[in-house]
Amino acid sequence: MRTFIRYSFILILLLSLNVQARSALEIVITEGIDSARPIAVVPFRFEGVNRPTETITEVIAADLMRSGQFNPIPTVRMPQQPHRASDVDYAAWAKEGVEHLVIGTIREAGPDRYTVSFELIDVVRGNAGLSRQMLNQGQLVRSQEHVLEARETTITGNQVRQFGHRISDIVYERLTGTRGAFLTKIAYVLVQRDAEFPFQLAVADYDGANQQILLRSREPLMSPSWSPDGTKLAYVTFEQRQAQIVIQDIYTGRRSVLSSTPGINGAPTWSPDGRKMAMVLSKDGNPEIYVMDIASRELTRITNHRAIDTEPAWSPDGKELIFSSERGGNPQLYSVNLQTGTTRRLTFEGEMNLSGTFTPDGQSIVMVNRTRGRYQIARMDRQTRFMQVLTTTSLDESPSIAPNGSMVIYSTMHGSKQVLALVSMDGRFKARLPAAEGEVKSPAWSPFL
Amino acid sequence: MNVHHALKGILIALPILTLAACSSTSQTSVSDAEAEAARRAQMERDAAVQVERADQAVTPAERVRQQMEALRQENVIYFDFDRSTIRQEFVESLRAHGEFLRTNPSVRVTIEGHTDERGTPEYNIALGERRAQAVVQYLQNLGVPANQMRTVSYGEERPVDMSRTEAGFAKNRRAVLVY
Repeated sequence: MRTFIRYSFILILLLSLNVQARSALEIVITEGIDSARPIAVVPFRFEGVNRPTETITEVIAADLMRSGQFNPIPTVRMPQQPHRASDVDYAAWAKEGVEHLVIGTIREAGPDRYTVSFELIDVVRGNAGLSRQMLNQGQLVRSQEHVLEARETTITGNQVRQFGHRISDIVYERLTGTRGAFLTKIAYVLVQRDAEFPFQLAVADYDGANQQILLRSREPLMSPSWSPDGTKLAYVTFEQRQAQIVIQDIYTGRRSVLSSTPGINGAPTWSPDGRKMAMVLSKDGNPEIYVMDIASRELTRITNHRAIDTEPAWSPDGKELIFSSERGGNPQLYSVNLQTGTTRRLTFEGEMNLSGTFTPDGQSIVMVNRTRGRYQIARMDRQTRFMQVLTTTSLDESPSIAPNGSMVIYSTMHGSKQVLALVSMDGRFKARLPAAEGEVKSPAWSPFL
Repeated sequence: MNVHHALKGILIALPILTLAACSSTSQTSVSDAEAEAARRAQMERDAAVQVERADQAVTPAERVRQQMEALRQENVIYFDFDRSTIRQEFVESLRAHGEFLRTNPSVRVTIEGHTDERGTPEYNIALGERRAQAVVQYLQNLGVPANQMRTVSYGEERPVDMSRTEAGFAKNRRAVLVY
């Protein structure tokens, strides 16, 4: 235990040490923006002297574009730059084909304090004259039906980026009916082969901004998994020249070893209620799935087969695990009911199916499918067994789904480097997040924070 | 006998070496001509004897170290794609490791299993372990006790060749015996 604490001191460099405001991962959209809905995020009017360093409308426009659902038009194509609903020329925007407007004002309210107000406007309703005048309690008022949202909040200068994501969440939910995931984070492993500590565990905003290194190690790090409350990561470390599963508190840096048995200690995955950890151990001879009660460290063995069993993932209700198994020859996905122990094979298409994970609604499974030697991200409907390949790259791995089910983040090759990439759940929208330096792998999307 | 012979050599050589040391320390104070003469005299004396060196007696510990060094040069075994069978070409090398481990029961070896980057990281950890265990099994069949061996699978995490070519992948699919 003492050596472990010493190691922790040597290895951990916490939070604050490597905070970069700008993106360490630069998002490049590669496919699918044409089919998205046109929207205008009009530059907010600024009232005051000292502008905040971040431009809030740039954050919002980038979020909406990356969602794959919206296509924010460039500023030069905007017929006007209104900041109040009453100033909007609906006909001009309709002519430009824009369906919705985000407009607003940032007012300097004191030293490093800004009051941000914004409105989300439906151009079609506004243009159709639905914002007619009507009588309300004997008074003639203007209907605000075309103003879908109107809010005002006071923030500090360094909260601009975060509040931009908040506005994106509100806009996204209002227009798609699905909760936005722009305030979530991703955890991943950064590999810089020439560095003194080549293996680094990092978290960043979902868009790669605000990267923070949580751990640096000379030995490999693998498989980060978020606790459902978003405060801890479980992952695999080889710092003692053997695989160990460790839990690390993201905010305090406190670490504890969860499993350190001979052989494999791998693929930790937190149960939806946060009390258990599914994992792979080979202490009894070959890789099997186990579930550990985190408080008591008590282990329950789930699989018992001489073939490889690995990559457990929980169903959203926590009653079922899916896993990859070679028991049928090639690796395919199986499910096991944790109450009855009933095991079923789920996939039959392709040479292999690996790394299965449930969508948040439990209706589909996203996985790595190998067909004709190409490893690609695919989604299968559980009811119909219909399988759709989502990506066009060929060495894809480690898919992780956004908590609102809209996107999959995964690792792939770009040129000769391992990078992260995003694909929308329908496969139409694709983007790449190459690292500024080194390679990135094992992405894990956080829960809603 | 050899040692005796060598000792005689050292007895003769020692005074010469001492002389040479004296001349070299005084070199700065004598003229070039004197130095030249001294050097010539030295060469003549050198030619008059033959100096031999004794082989240093090799301790058992040293021999183990040397053998281990030799085995370290040949400690990588390569595998076919998605396979963990020991190829014929590595049988001889593994026999040497087995022989060494059997005769030196105090020596411990760690067998690392590695894969190429294709497939998922977790599956590759399992595959890497299977490769390491194939080596353990082979050595056990040669009579090496299990408690001398330990495995660790790094899966695809520690490639030696980053080219991402077929040749590169082949170099990464390996087991390494680490003493």
